[in-house]
Amino acid sequence: MIPYPLLTVSLIVMWLTLNAFTLGHLLLGTLIAVFAGWALAALRPEKPKIRKWHLLPILAFRVMVDILRSNAAVALLILRGKRRPHTAAFITIPLEIEHPVALAAMSVILTSTPGSAWLAYDSRQKTVLIHVLDLVDEEAWVAAIKQRYESLLLEIIE
Amino acid sequence: MMMSIADLPLWVAIIVSVLLIVGAMLTLIGAIGFLRLPTFYERLHAPTLGTSWGVGGVMLASIIYFSVAGSRPVLHEILIGIFVTLTTPITLILLARAALHRDRSEGNRIGLKDDDDGN
Repeated sequence: MIPYPLLTVSLIVMWLTLNAFTLGHLLLGTLIAVFAGWALAALRPEKPKIRKWHLLPILAFRVMVDILRSNAAVALLILRGKRRPHTAAFITIPLEIEHPVALAAMSVILTSTPGSAWLAYDSRQKTVLIHVLDLVDEEAWVAAIKQRYESLLLEIIE
Repeated sequence: MMMSIADLPLWVAIIVSVLLIVGAMLTLIGAIGFLRLPTFYERLHAPTLGTSWGVGGVMLASIIYFSVAGSRPVLHEILIGIFVTLTTPITLILLARAALHRDRSEGNRIGLKDDDDGN
């Protein structure tokens, strides 16, 4: 009946926030959300099993703080211009996460962080190519990504 | 009932202004970086200033202003933040992969080992 409960609930909440919290909109939103769930089911995406819900806010908070710091760093770097040269570099990171949803989450995290950009994932070698705007220490960078995000994603999504 | 801007408490006005200015500044700096950074891959990073805390600052300012002015929680701006965050990587990765593909077809072996053809 409802193949993706989380999606359906999110769509209902979205519908109510966009319109108004009334009974009429609840019914209309539920109708749309149920049909959207069926439409997605026709595409048969791999369904993620979210194991540890309580870790999600930790990850979200950590990412927000990191994005804030990275914003400040990149803004300063742009404002300083040519006076202080930076070293842009490509780095390849081996990843343990394999689930498409976990990879998607990782790409959103790394792309939203202004200092790093996700370029290409290699599914055969399980590595991702990343461009870093101001690379100081490659090993520290790789370790930070694996410790701060990947370990949590591994625990959250199965 | 909407409160007029003049009736807004001072602390709300200060928080809203600071958030708006920070958000707008980050977006502007992102645009300047987009113009001035030397290579394509470096330029990829600049607009994400606007799509992360640039949009975040304006979003929070809007939430606080309309919630206080209307005396009820106004939260639909969060949806803008969520959708901007979720959709930015799609275009950025598309652009990045196009550039990478062109560079590799021109013989630059970016991020490749010697025995790999990159496909």
